[in-house]
Amino acid sequence: MILTTAPIDIVVGVVLYWIGIGLAGLVRPLSLRFISRVLFPLGAMGGLVLMAAALLGIPAAPATRVLPLGLPDLPFHIRLDALSAFFIGLLGVAVVGISLFSTGYFRRGQGTAPGLLCLQYHLFLAAMVTVLLADDAYLFMVAWETMAITSYFLVTSSHKIPEIRSAGFLYLLIAHIGAIAILLCFGVLQGGRGDYTFAAMRESELSAFWSSAAFMLALFGFGAKAGILPLHVWLPEAHPAAPSPISALMSGVMLKTAIYGMLRVTFDLLQTQLWWWGALALALGLLTAVFGVMFAAVQTDMKRLLAYSSIENIGVILAGIGLTIIFHAYGNPHLAALSLVATLYHSLNHACFKSLLFLATGSVLHATHERSLGKLGGLIRNMPWVAVTALIGSLAIAGLPPLNGFVSEWLLLQAFLFSPGLANPYLNMLVPVAAAALVLAAALSGYVMVKFYGVIFLGQYREARLAEARDEGPWARAGLVWLSAACVLLGVLPVGVILLLDHVTLPLVNFAIGTSAARTGWLLIAPVSPERASYGPLLFLLGITGTVLLTFALVRRLYHGRVRRGDAWDCGFPAQNARMQDTAEGFGQPIKQIFEPFFRIRRHLPSPFDAQPFYSATSEDRLWYWLYLPVARLNERLAAWIGILQHGRIYLYLLYSFVTLLALLMFVR
Amino acid sequence: MPFSAQLINLMAALLLLIAFAMLSQRRILSLIYLFAWQGAVLAANSVIVAWSTGQTHLYYSALLTLALKAIILPWILHRLIIRLNIKWDVETLINIPTTMLVGIALVVISFNLALPVTQLAGTITRGTLGIAIAMVLLSFLMMITRRKAVPQVIGFLAMENGLFFAATSTTYGMPMVVELGIALDVLVGMLILGIFFFQVREAFDSLDLKHMEKLREE
Amino acid sequence: MPEFIEAFLSQLAQTLLVVTFAPLMLGWVSQCRAWLQNRSGPGVLQPYRVLHKLFHKDALLARNASAIFRSAPYIQFGCMVLAASIVPVVETSLAFSPAADVIALVGLFALARVFSSLAAMDIGTAFGSLGARREMLIASLSEPALLMVFFTPLLIAQSSSLTTIVDALAHREFAIYPSLAFAAVAFVMVLLAENARIPIDNPSTHLELTMIHEAMILEYSARHLALIEWATAIKLMLYCAIGIALFMPWGMVEAGKWPMFPIAAGILVAKLALAGAGLAVLETVSAKMRIFRAPEFLGMAFLFAVLGMLTRQLLGA
Repeated sequence: MILTTAPIDIVVGVVLYWIGIGLAGLVRPLSLRFISRVLFPLGAMGGLVLMAAALLGIPAAPATRVLPLGLPDLPFHIRLDALSAFFIGLLGVAVVGISLFSTGYFRRGQGTAPGLLCLQYHLFLAAMVTVLLADDAYLFMVAWETMAITSYFLVTSSHKIPEIRSAGFLYLLIAHIGAIAILLCFGVLQGGRGDYTFAAMRESELSAFWSSAAFMLALFGFGAKAGILPLHVWLPEAHPAAPSPISALMSGVMLKTAIYGMLRVTFDLLQTQLWWWGALALALGLLTAVFGVMFAAVQTDMKRLLAYSSIENIGVILAGIGLTIIFHAYGNPHLAALSLVATLYHSLNHACFKSLLFLATGSVLHATHERSLGKLGGLIRNMPWVAVTALIGSLAIAGLPPLNGFVSEWLLLQAFLFSPGLANPYLNMLVPVAAAALVLAAALSGYVMVKFYGVIFLGQYREARLAEARDEGPWARAGLVWLSAACVLLGVLPVGVILLLDHVTLPLVNFAIGTSAARTGWLLIAPVSPERASYGPLLFLLGITGTVLLTFALVRRLYHGRVRRGDAWDCGFPAQNARMQDTAEGFGQPIKQIFEPFFRIRRHLPSPFDAQPFYSATSEDRLWYWLYLPVARLNERLAAWIGILQHGRIYLYLLYSFVTLLALLMFVR
Repeated sequence: MPFSAQLINLMAALLLLIAFAMLSQRRILSLIYLFAWQGAVLAANSVIVAWSTGQTHLYYSALLTLALKAIILPWILHRLIIRLNIKWDVETLINIPTTMLVGIALVVISFNLALPVTQLAGTITRGTLGIAIAMVLLSFLMMITRRKAVPQVIGFLAMENGLFFAATSTTYGMPMVVELGIALDVLVGMLILGIFFFQVREAFDSLDLKHMEKLREE
Repeated sequence: MPEFIEAFLSQLAQTLLVVTFAPLMLGWVSQCRAWLQNRSGPGVLQPYRVLHKLFHKDALLARNASAIFRSAPYIQFGCMVLAASIVPVVETSLAFSPAADVIALVGLFALARVFSSLAAMDIGTAFGSLGARREMLIASLSEPALLMVFFTPLLIAQSSSLTTIVDALAHREFAIYPSLAFAAVAFVMVLLAENARIPIDNPSTHLELTMIHEAMILEYSARHLALIEWATAIKLMLYCAIGIALFMPWGMVEAGKWPMFPIAAGILVAKLALAGAGLAVLETVSAKMRIFRAPEFLGMAFLFAVLGMLTRQLLGA
């Protein structure tokens, strides 16, 4: 049956299905058993169906529907083309894992009741799918706002804690500033004709100035959602505040809807692209990436660390978009398609590994009730399932072969490497140097991931009670394994994905690299030509496994496998204990020292005469002080100024209305 | 590309390398050695240009360069810092990695500045103009970022080297009279500056140019 | 497919060559250092004796060592063997080379490094995690520099596959490439940093507060330590081989010219001996830096590489 229905109808069906599941949660809102054991697995099924629909929808021709909903004379338009189908597939992959994991995650406790949580969760999913489906500004904004509000409620599900409330407020505030920019962007795009369907926007011919205005508004609006510098401040607050599956959804999927919006506006709704948009996006993206990874390196809270790492990945994706714009504007479709493929691939990868890692932190949080890296350690011994899947996620996010993070980084670097030949001499020289910034971000993310994984899972228990931590149950394991399998498969078999992505790049940049990339067979990818560069991840994996096993067998056969156990040597120091291990703080120290100008560091050093010596160091974001606080102060001053009007006396308010009315009657005739 | 052009390119690259090395150098003594090397490479470059184009006057120019910039001026500078007893580290106003990044930006800018000119020029070594401009700008940067008097003077002399390089490699050298005049100017300038150093130290007990700030009118 | 079999055999021969003779290279470098320091030295075969001794010993593990600790040496060794099959040393037809280009090679080194860092943190000693953090720091600064180094030959050869680059560089008419000279200087600096040599790290130190690489492997013994030492030797040899392949590839045999193989191997040995001696000289004349001078050192390497690339673009040479 599913094969005969059009993919777009399947997707609409899943949206309704999720809304239905959410409402079902209200039937017995306090029955945790019913909600977590029945509704969440059913929700995960929806993710599987979406994946199938995406696989069918990407190669198919764009399909449109007009829904008889919305205001009179203003129906909802929806459309499923390759771009939205790709992002819907991305959402499906992540949701299957996250929903399965959530089955075991939500427990009764303080905060939102399970039934309400179930409703918010599934409405959030439905809203994200609707954003991806929308084909007019009206439906897009409705879905976008629904997404923002449901996620706000999910973030503040432990609303009794003041920090979480203020984090939620910051999130909502920036989300709305962004939404205003998006609304204005659509206003510019419709070109004064009053028709807000995307179809009409594609037709409208804008001057260079208005196109640039639309792009800048889109960059600002979607950038606020994606967490691009300097609009990133909500991200490290909101992600740690939310329950882990929600952080996974927000970081893995919701940020990607912003990327989707940016791509939709830049390459689909706008007809021409100017090169300097690309240069701007590239510079901003690389700045965001390096900034994000540097701050990730100094964090001591595991979820904040991952949130900053999300900023880094969004930066990489934005840099990819920028590169695509540059190549497209200079009429180099081959490289434009290559960098677009890399961008989309990285979005997909990030959805997998970042969700996986957020879920793993959720498991750790459950097992230990601890999220400060300074109090964790050694969990690989108690939680092997979580530890192994988190290892896969960490290696993938660090961009190591043969996992998926490497594939997208490799593709993006290929685009960078062959950039000389652009018509602009400055870009010609600067773009390759920009590649180094990308590599710096990637290499530092390796640093961050060693810190993340090593401090949580390796070493000795930093607290005695960690020895009692228990591994996850079967449902959560299933979710973790699903996502780590996705990381491995996307890393090892990239050719299939690239071939699918052809259908996405062809309408956007008028070129497809899949057929040439797959020319040498499904084992190797050669994005430009086999002579230029090729990479065979499966061979790579087989090579590594083969040599490792062979070495192991040879060593065992030629020598022996005798092992004795004893105390750690540690240069002969006998009294070492768990507190002598390097802490997360210590791991961040070299980065703090080298990149000092980027941080606002406050240290308290104990003096030898202190009765109760203590040490503390905080590294804060300078932008908060340079940008946000001044804006907030200005805002407060303006508000106070306007506040003069407020007296609390009714007759004065009536007088204002009266004067206004009089003025309007006199001047506006 | 003919072999001589390749050699000239090599020399240009070496000069750029030396310019960067000077920018990154912390010690005055090494700075002087680098300056001497710059002079030597410059002289070698003149010889190569002379040999490949048959402009015999460039041989004299090369000889002059070698004598003046690779031997006499470094020797004077060397004597000077020994007499003044200032072999200590150079203080920089901005830290070195940042200076280097600015330097790279300058190179990119100067390459792009040279681009339209090099497309018009017909000489075999047109690509080197960008490097010559970069040398001038980098020496300028060195003068800006150093606080002590001696490195500033070296920066000034290196700047002259950059101009000389531009002249040799793009237009096969200036007329001999001009060149002699400049050489004499540089030599005299150097001698005056040497005397000036002693005066500065007499007056302020230091060669740190920040003391000059006191001289302005309040 | 005889062509494929030939490539496969050549592959096998070259990989075995590198893996077998890597400890010899290490011994040669130590021997040269000993001579330069007016010591008689243990002889070039010393690394083999050490490996032999270590392989026969019983492994001693800390009580809390996890699977990561035990598997890391094998993974490191495996990665290096695989890397040895990507880098052309004698001949440019490698069966495995389409599976990985220079970027993948850098990734492979990174994979080995991440595992060794994780293993260092596994026991939970103060030195292990200190070493891990420093190693990752140095690596994350040297990787951008290494990429920029690869850029210049890559622009010249218009390819990022090592065998193609070597083919393009080795078998063309003679020309001076100043850009390659810049890249070569940068490469040597990166080589010193990545292989834990002076001035970044001292391979023969066990002074607690200055060591980087040695701090990570303090807890290893017997066969695990042997594998790590061997992997380190292979890595050093591979870096020298990459340097030779990129900056002085003359004498390498084109694909399928088997009779030339011994001559090429002889030339390779001469070049490697020269590189090893050069390395020993460099290590003897320079002093180890403070760890926070390392960013400046690697920054200079990056700068040279960028200059190389810019010169390439402007001068076309």
